[in-house]
Amino acid sequence: MPQGVIVIDRKDNVATALCQLEQGSSIRVETEDYTVDVTLSQAIPFGHKFALKDIEPGEPIMKYGEVVGLATSKIMKGEHTHIHNVKGLKGKEDK
Amino acid sequence: MKFQGYRRSNGSIGVRNHVLVFPTTVCASTVAQMISREVPGTVAVAHPHGCGHLGEEREYMVRTMAGFCGSPNVAGVLLVGLGCELLTPELITEELHKTGQRLETVSIQAVGGTTKAITKGSELARKLCEEAAIAKRQPVDAFELILGTHCGGSDTLSGLTANPSLGAASDLLVAAGGTVIISETPEMLGAEHVLARRAVNDEVGKRIWEITAATEANMKSAGFNVLGSEPSPGNIEGGLTTLEEKSLGAIRKGGTSAVMQVVEYAEKPLQKGLVIMDGPAHDIASDTGMIAAGAQVIVFTTGRGTPIGAPVTPVIKVSSNNVLYQNMRENMDINAGVILDGKESIQSVGERIFKEIIDAASGKLTRAEILGHNEFAIPTIYSTV
Repeated sequence: MPQGVIVIDRKDNVATALCQLEQGSSIRVETEDYTVDVTLSQAIPFGHKFALKDIEPGEPIMKYGEVVGLATSKIMKGEHTHIHNVKGLKGKEDK
Repeated sequence: MKFQGYRRSNGSIGVRNHVLVFPTTVCASTVAQMISREVPGTVAVAHPHGCGHLGEEREYMVRTMAGFCGSPNVAGVLLVGLGCELLTPELITEELHKTGQRLETVSIQAVGGTTKAITKGSELARKLCEEAAIAKRQPVDAFELILGTHCGGSDTLSGLTANPSLGAASDLLVAAGGTVIISETPEMLGAEHVLARRAVNDEVGKRIWEITAATEANMKSAGFNVLGSEPSPGNIEGGLTTLEEKSLGAIRKGGTSAVMQVVEYAEKPLQKGLVIMDGPAHDIASDTGMIAAGAQVIVFTTGRGTPIGAPVTPVIKVSSNNVLYQNMRENMDINAGVILDGKESIQSVGERIFKEIIDAASGKLTRAEILGHNEFAIPTIYSTV
């Protein structure tokens, strides 16, 4: 795993930034199973996530090897993955 | 995998050999500490409980105190009472006799006041110390270990570095045949379906839904709607998108194995493997409950940095980040922040935590022990009468 990014589980389709990552930067994400090159379409703040592959609307967002929410719109590889394009299945009842 | 532990006469395995001076009521807390000061080699606890507990609370106060005093890390215990309290030494003794724990008692009113209680108590505590000194460590299989886990003073990185690393260590201990306890029921809300799916059978799955629903209802009755307010604005700013994500980061410290049993607060697990204890998020009350349930070692992850330890139990601190590790170096045993530099993987830090558990179980003092931290707390349900 290179500095600055973490993928917790092999089933995950998002990575988490461990430092501020700049827009346009190319990042090689290496896990036990695969290596993927991602170009960030936006800046990713520390602690925030970006997609490791294209994710269709309604597709699960996987982190910790589990479903942490569903995509509410198409998320492109390298795109910031957060509340603007992901909906949880629990919490924020009023949302 | 083996460690060097103390085999007690009742078959349980201790990793420390403490003589504990335990007040069964708040009114005996000061005398208990005075006795401990007179007798080097003893450790005393202070707490505000022991009187006026109602219903269910009375039951679990007795269970917690007896479980704590009966910890296999305790070679002998001196119970200090007042005489007119609800939870008398006799009541705790009755429970402790079932486990065969070595104990003595002294009551302040019966012996005639503070000074006489200290004299009598010191004499008894010295006798317990002499007996404890005979115990020797011997090789014991790692499957005898019950590990308690907790995360407190969390930060953005707790769920990314420290908890997954502790999860890897938990998986290693379960693979070795040992037991791992995760607690903090409030932190499970949002991930209960994941835990329930990992339940070994339907009954355990049902219990997971029951304890999480009850906790959610309790929080609602206190005016806090978890599902309506989490993740908090601060969590979202920190990068957490959903409640599931937040809760998964917390429960990951127990690893990925099947949930074998759900126990009450301070109840001893009957199953090996991963066990859930229905406990509070309060750091010290959580630790106390796991120790009373039989945990001989605790691993505690933190991002902001908390110094707490436990009176009879090694508490291993894992830092989630490098800044904390430098800033509170004297309090931290392991730095999971090395994952941030790409120097080590989650698995590799997990292996180091596992080794630290075995070393601590064999006698290596944790930083919290070296600094003399011995925090103790029991949660309350009702106001006392």
